[in-house]
Amino acid sequence: MPEQSRPAKYSYYRHSLAVRILHWINVVALIVLLMSGLQIFNAHPVLNWGKSSYNGVAPFFELAHGFPSWMTLPGPRWLAMGRRWHLFFAWIFVLNGLIYVIHSFASRHFSRELTPTRSDWRSIGPSIIEHLRFRHATGEAARRYNVLQKLTYLFVIFGLLPFVILMGWALSPRLDTVIPGWVDLVGGRQSARTLHFIAAWALVAFVLVHVFEVIITGVYNNLRSMITGRYVIENKHADGTR
Amino acid sequence: MPMARADLSRRHFMGRVLAATAAALLAGCDAASRSSWLPRILGIGERASRGAQRLASRRSMAQEFSAAEISPQFRSNGTANPANPEYQRLAANHFADWRLRVDGLVHQPVQLSLQELRAMAKRSQITRHDCVEGWSAIGQWTGVPLSAVLRLAVPRPEARYVVFHCADPMDDDGSKYYESIDFEDAYHPQTILAYELNGAALPIANGAPLRVRVERQLGYKMAKYVMRIELVESFAKIGAGNGGYWEDQGYEWYAGI
Repeated sequence: MPEQSRPAKYSYYRHSLAVRILHWINVVALIVLLMSGLQIFNAHPVLNWGKSSYNGVAPFFELAHGFPSWMTLPGPRWLAMGRRWHLFFAWIFVLNGLIYVIHSFASRHFSRELTPTRSDWRSIGPSIIEHLRFRHATGEAARRYNVLQKLTYLFVIFGLLPFVILMGWALSPRLDTVIPGWVDLVGGRQSARTLHFIAAWALVAFVLVHVFEVIITGVYNNLRSMITGRYVIENKHADGTR
Repeated sequence: MPMARADLSRRHFMGRVLAATAAALLAGCDAASRSSWLPRILGIGERASRGAQRLASRRSMAQEFSAAEISPQFRSNGTANPANPEYQRLAANHFADWRLRVDGLVHQPVQLSLQELRAMAKRSQITRHDCVEGWSAIGQWTGVPLSAVLRLAVPRPEARYVVFHCADPMDDDGSKYYESIDFEDAYHPQTILAYELNGAALPIANGAPLRVRVERQLGYKMAKYVMRIELVESFAKIGAGNGGYWEDQGYEWYAGI
């Protein structure tokens, strides 16, 4: 359809109710998991590499006083309660993520909206340059995710999130016994603890970029579309009028 | 430009609203953490983890390591030397007068000396000790399988939990460390009462003369300075009723995670 025949400004239904609910549950779960995770980290604010903490190898990372109380849940040092928050919301997070993945396969959300097309693959170079210039698609083109966006979402959904969950499981002495020695695939339990920590901060980095992009591509429009589902497209005509 | 200034002050205002909301939410979470209802809700997570983990690994064995992987020094955590005159008297005599009492819901209460325990079937295992704080240490433990000791005492059918009463005083009121496990863990082949660490007599810092190894759970389940094993149907009347000293401070009874 040629652009001219589109109305200058219209809204369309961008995010399904299921995706919106799952998204906001995920927001709450990730915030609780991060902050309670930092509470748990503070009980032993050292990261090691290997099967044990006492293997003669110097710590990988050390924070003498841990993270400040405004970053932890609960605020004061309270490992027992931090664990309760963390291990409860871990279930919410995993179940929520499972429902999202099943729903997105069933509704073809992955294949329709997130799988890069052949032309997407060819546009990776230009897309990188546009992102670096903070130039983003407008008008009809904004209806589709760009290729970097698709690849990032797929990497987070099928890479980073399963990895952070797996590294969390590696910290459970009981789950380590399901296949004895499986934690050694990443270097041992202390390595898994370090990787769990790094993956959590990689998720924070993703969220920071995500929120930054949400803000510069129209915070009100984006937020509305993730709350009500409706996203507004404004078409500029060739002469610059709207 | 007035527009820009208005925009800026609006952003400033929005920033403050966000910060105030976040602070209020965090204060709310802290208050809820101290309530009686929230820990109960969060406890659903513990029960779900226990159910799922037991389903996934009913008879699984903890990983065992090679001698080369043993930590140079096994970290001592919590009590390093119980401030208990009775314990000190026993330690001064190298625990020759120490007896492990096994009683409660058993047909045959028994008392066992260290020599008698050493004469029983033994098991040696090099395992990783995971503390709830986050650190791990690898050590070689030698001791008698708990199942062998329980068989001597012949548990009554109504017994459901094994409670370990310890020598180390924890609070000013004189209450001592205790822990409990259920029969699934009690009869696990790697659940042993260890009297040796890394081939030498168990040091006092690590729980002499006897400590529990429950290799598929966290360190606080593995009570040190064990004096008495009591079989019970419920641990509701022991301590504050949660099944262990740290459980009474809010830690989970099931420590497989």
